[in-house]
Amino acid sequence: MSIEIIKDKCVGCSKCIDVCPGNLIYKDQDQKMFIKYPKECWGCTACLKECKFGAIKYFLGADIGGQGGYLMTDDKSDFLHWHIVDKSGAETEIIIDKRESNKY
Amino acid sequence: MKLEKIIIDTDVLVIGGGAAGCFAAITLAEKSDKKVLVVDKANIKRSGCLAAGVNALNAYITKGESVDSYVDYVKNEFENVIREDLTYSIGERLNSVTEKMERLGLPILKDEYGEYVTRGKRSVKINGEFIKPLLSDALDKFDQVTSLNQVNICDYLIRDGKVIGAYGVSVKENKFYVITAKATICATGGASGIYKPNNPGFSRHKMWYSPFNTGAGYAMGIRAGAEMTSFEMRFIALRCKDTIAPTGTAAQGLKAKQVNADGEDYVKTYGKPTTIMRLHSTIEENIKGNGPCFIETKGINSDVEDQLFRAYLNMAPSQTLKWIESGNYPSKENIEIEGTEPYIVGGHTGSGYWIDNDRRTTLNGLYAIGDVAGGSPKKYVTGCFAEGEIAAEIVLKDIENIESPTVDESLVRHIEENFQSTLINDDGLNYQQYEVGELEEAMQKVMDEYAGGISTNYGYNEQRLDIALEKLEELIVLSTKLKAKDTHELMFIKELEDRLIVSKVLIHHLKARKETRWKVYQKNLNYMEKDDENFSNYINTVYENGEVRVLKRELVKKGEHYEH
Repeated sequence: MSIEIIKDKCVGCSKCIDVCPGNLIYKDQDQKMFIKYPKECWGCTACLKECKFGAIKYFLGADIGGQGGYLMTDDKSDFLHWHIVDKSGAETEIIIDKRESNKY
Repeated sequence: MKLEKIIIDTDVLVIGGGAAGCFAAITLAEKSDKKVLVVDKANIKRSGCLAAGVNALNAYITKGESVDSYVDYVKNEFENVIREDLTYSIGERLNSVTEKMERLGLPILKDEYGEYVTRGKRSVKINGEFIKPLLSDALDKFDQVTSLNQVNICDYLIRDGKVIGAYGVSVKENKFYVITAKATICATGGASGIYKPNNPGFSRHKMWYSPFNTGAGYAMGIRAGAEMTSFEMRFIALRCKDTIAPTGTAAQGLKAKQVNADGEDYVKTYGKPTTIMRLHSTIEENIKGNGPCFIETKGINSDVEDQLFRAYLNMAPSQTLKWIESGNYPSKENIEIEGTEPYIVGGHTGSGYWIDNDRRTTLNGLYAIGDVAGGSPKKYVTGCFAEGEIAAEIVLKDIENIESPTVDESLVRHIEENFQSTLINDDGLNYQQYEVGELEEAMQKVMDEYAGGISTNYGYNEQRLDIALEKLEELIVLSTKLKAKDTHELMFIKELEDRLIVSKVLIHHLKARKETRWKVYQKNLNYMEKDDENFSNYINTVYENGEVRVLKRELVKKGEHYEH
């Protein structure tokens, strides 16, 4: 359970640093973000939702059944787009209307 | 490294910007022109337990229910050992705070008549994914409220036995803060990470409760001599295996059965399916060799499955990722479930500060609300909101004629020296035999094996507890020798110190309850039966001169109001 910050996509805005509830993200020498304490990540996805550049991937550790898949988010104001990539590389998109409540 | 000193004076200091702390600050600002400072270890926008969101509001008085029936429900679930005065005062506000949260922007599901759609007798359905950003936005609207983010409060400032503020250190800047206030409200949350977790390896923080809630509020109170209650009423959650995602959404939301490895619906054979019983029966099935256990979702249709994917994305996205990543969809495979490691958390059980009906702690000038406040289990998010309001209202009365406190220069110097003495220069020459993470793991192992963790199916006996105490003392000695290369590491050390003292106090609570009152939560293997004659009371503790003093207190029942 942790995140990976894709260096090529990171613009160095620091927004993920600000919101991480564990204060786990830092800036490297190239002014790009990186997760300094990957094992400390709770997996809350706050950083993904904050990133406007799709630079953060969220994955399950192998110890909890991760198989190489990951998820990313794309916040489009009233809608949150979740992109989930499975172990074969196939992508599923789930769009959540933020104004709608859970049915269960 | 030299830390810069920042001194701040405010009217009211709120430690922790979670559900309780934010509601306290909002209420203070709405009802007065007092200056309010909310300090959070992370950023209020996404800090604490609700960082990922919350799937439902589970404390609400639905049609046909009443405040009395809410109190009775909590009392029955916890075998009478609750504070009925506190629980009642929460019950009175559950619905108004829910409506207030809706006005702040929280979507709540409604039927065609505009009434909330309920889940069972006490829940309303919401989209709580962005509940923290909503609370943080609400605070930002008040000029008199200041948020101080990424500052780890370490201890209270005390003068003549009165709490006059607190001090702490920035997590990412070389600064320390000394904050004086006319009133201090503790809203830090409870304690995770004291027991070895379900996933002790790479995913060691994939746990139920926020791993960043490290028991700081309890520890600060313990060190200052505040009375604490019911730590032995631990909380253990029944969760989806590996992801530690909630089970209620599938079990109660879909009304899906819990089945064992043979497909048998086992919970009802143990008794009424209460929160504790769902967990207890699962642990027992595993002991009997009937595990693993599951929530039976096989065969659900694709619409229901799609709704499950969405509901989990709004609070525990790891579960949806796991389903889709592996291809083992819930319509094809049942969800395996397990019990978590124990936590100390007053929003679910009764562990926390011993408070009066106005949320005053036993320390003058200090108030406690939310998960850190004891006596009223099952308060959940809305109960935390309610306690925030209650404390804010009483604080405004209590500080009416109080002058701003001042802090002695010598005390500030002492605080500074204390921080500086733990910090070292990172020149590679400072070899340390032990590291903070290593000691944390050692503590979790001790608690797991000797104080009723997962590996002993949550049971403990006095002999084991005595061994745990000895080992904890050794770890406490080692922890005092730890050094930090930056303020972030300093925070890790403080968190370990906090967890160690919380563990120590917890063991005294576990030992003092010479009976088994709550299945799984508190299972004393020396005394396997409930003993109403001798233990229909609260176990409280006070830390004095390095010793934990245990005291029993009489139950506060319906219609009674406890005062210090």
